[in-house]
Amino acid sequence: MSLAVDIGWGTTLGIKTLVVMGLIPVGALVLGYTFLLKMMSHMQSRLGPMDPGGFHGWYQLIGDGLKFIQKEDIIPAGADKRVFKLAPAIVVLSTFLMFVVLPGGPDFVVAKNLDVGVFYALAVSSLSVIGVLMAGWASSNKYALLGSLRAAAQLIAYELPLVLAVIGAVVQAGTMNLQGIVRFQADGAIFGWDGLGHPLILTQFVGFALFMVAAQAELSQPPFDMPVAESELVAGYMVEYTGFRFLFFFIGEFGTAFVYAGLAATLFLGGWSLPFVDADDNIMNFLGPGVLFAKIMLVAFLMFWARFTYPRLREDQLQALAWKWLIPIALVNILATGALKVAF
Amino acid sequence: MTATEPRAPGFEVDPSLYRHLADAQVNVEIDTGDMVLNLGPQHPATHGTLRLVVRLDGERVVASDVIIGYMHRGYEKLSEFRTYPQITTLINRIDWLSSFANEVPFVHAAEQLMGVEAPPRAQYIRTVLTELSRIATFLLFLGEMGLQVGAITPAFYGFRDREYVLNAIEAATGGRFHPNFNRIGGLKDDLPWGWAAETREAMRKILKSCDDFEDLVVANPIFQQRTRSIGIIPAELGASYGVSGSNLRASGVDWDLRRDGKPYLAYDAIDWKVWTHPDGDSFARYWVRLQETRESARMVLQLIDAMPSGPIMAKVPRIIKVPEGEAWVNTENPLGEMGYYVVSKGATGPFRVKIRTASLSNVSIAPWLLRGAYVPDVITILASLYFILGDIDK
Repeated sequence: MSLAVDIGWGTTLGIKTLVVMGLIPVGALVLGYTFLLKMMSHMQSRLGPMDPGGFHGWYQLIGDGLKFIQKEDIIPAGADKRVFKLAPAIVVLSTFLMFVVLPGGPDFVVAKNLDVGVFYALAVSSLSVIGVLMAGWASSNKYALLGSLRAAAQLIAYELPLVLAVIGAVVQAGTMNLQGIVRFQADGAIFGWDGLGHPLILTQFVGFALFMVAAQAELSQPPFDMPVAESELVAGYMVEYTGFRFLFFFIGEFGTAFVYAGLAATLFLGGWSLPFVDADDNIMNFLGPGVLFAKIMLVAFLMFWARFTYPRLREDQLQALAWKWLIPIALVNILATGALKVAF
Repeated sequence: MTATEPRAPGFEVDPSLYRHLADAQVNVEIDTGDMVLNLGPQHPATHGTLRLVVRLDGERVVASDVIIGYMHRGYEKLSEFRTYPQITTLINRIDWLSSFANEVPFVHAAEQLMGVEAPPRAQYIRTVLTELSRIATFLLFLGEMGLQVGAITPAFYGFRDREYVLNAIEAATGGRFHPNFNRIGGLKDDLPWGWAAETREAMRKILKSCDDFEDLVVANPIFQQRTRSIGIIPAELGASYGVSGSNLRASGVDWDLRRDGKPYLAYDAIDWKVWTHPDGDSFARYWVRLQETRESARMVLQLIDAMPSGPIMAKVPRIIKVPEGEAWVNTENPLGEMGYYVVSKGATGPFRVKIRTASLSNVSIAPWLLRGAYVPDVITILASLYFILGDIDK
């Protein structure tokens, strides 16, 4: 990332922090409004919010957010107060850190172009487990405790297929740098034909499918929403949270969905690059974020489609799916990718 | 939480015994104690005010207590202070999802004691409305069950399609939930003009939506994983607990009061089938109810076509006095067998009414079913038993 004027590192850091901090709620709002409010409603033969803001209820979520901020901040009497207060912040922090490495164009990344970008993003994503465990334990509520333990077991189990699913893409691109992976897809060729570039979804479709399933589980969205199962645990680890702390969880949930969709788009769909447009063209610096956003919405659509369609798996079935199916398939995928990479 | 909780009676262990064990072997499993979890009376899964106190070992249920009575309204006693026509208003509210079906056995009991019989057209209309309320009740179940196992969308489809049926009931009776349409000796009104055509159209929509539920829920592998072999009711045990209706038919018992009981309404005049499933698990209960919804829609279509003309009220005195006697009438209601035992001493109101509701017997098997189940299965089992709290507490 190169800015035209040379400003001090402190200012740069400040600006970058503000950009990421702005991106999280905006991403959460966009996904929340488009999919949770509108797409779900239309799938369920209803309209969803129509009045707030005048046009198809676009203001609904913003209004909800403002309402949450005004609400009383209730902390249960038996709660471990400090841990209870800190937990939502840690969940959002993990989302925040994941945003850092997302590339938006040929010359810029959201905040920092790391050489181990994929590794970093997946590593910081597991931070949220700590937040969830803290929330469940500190709430001093049995439902919250059950929910957070389920969440911990689930997030740890699905971390593995998530990482293994990505390795195929990394092996093909030969780099862990997210920008490098996008470049590989933009400049690559499939069997000598370079019209489309080489979006990794064409060769890594198994990896893509595994990534989507594991990401869905990491987000604890249906069919993997055992930790917040509203029909049995009421709201799982969030049950005691009110007001802006609950808002933090909400933003964390949808913000993380946004980042995971961004990672999937970057790793498998070519990120900010467009077919038939030279990746080094300066115009991609302006088009790039828009292209990436469109791809994020496409991936998010798939995620939310599953979310609104499937019932949830039981905890043991969920673990069985991860250990008996996803991980072996991911390992075979890595082996096959490696073998083919050497062969061709 | 678990550490501070006193141990449940019968589970105390002498600590010295533990130390001895620890000396003897290295790999002592840590005794974590049980956690008592209170589900309800205000819990989203108990749809109403059912309260469950479950003792959990991890996520497994060790023992459970079903506590009822939060909604007891004393309808049996209240009935003793009402006249016969007034009582239908009360019993509408026992199983509020299928109110019309509640009225039928009571009105039959009164008619039996008085020796009057409703004219054929009234019988047919009663049958149609009973089946419509069965469809409305089951559609709610078909959606609700999806919601309880985690799928949001079927619930909305269930509510959407139930609306067609409720509209038909409203058009005929004037009430969506509590029609209070039965009169002793017949019905309040005849069907309105154009009702038959609209109901036919609605039934076609219901048949189509049953196909949708088949595709969306029954065929879903996750739904099957969550419900198959969960909460199996063995046929004999179910029968000895008094489980009835679709719950018992799902255990393979081919028993339906519409066919096997004392003949009532117009069920003998039409061609229909009793559905059973051999498995007895939650999936079987869902499947049987889905088939019965379909069957009911077909029955309504047949009944509308075969509807005789004629009066809708028999000759009954203006002030109804029921001669001395006793009558027991039980019918196949959406939730199972519902019966009224009416004792009359010749006054304008009954001397004593005993109401047999299906849900009370159906949930009585819950503690047996829940033993050893996981917490998520508790919800599946309760949802698949399908009870209405008003029907339990009366």
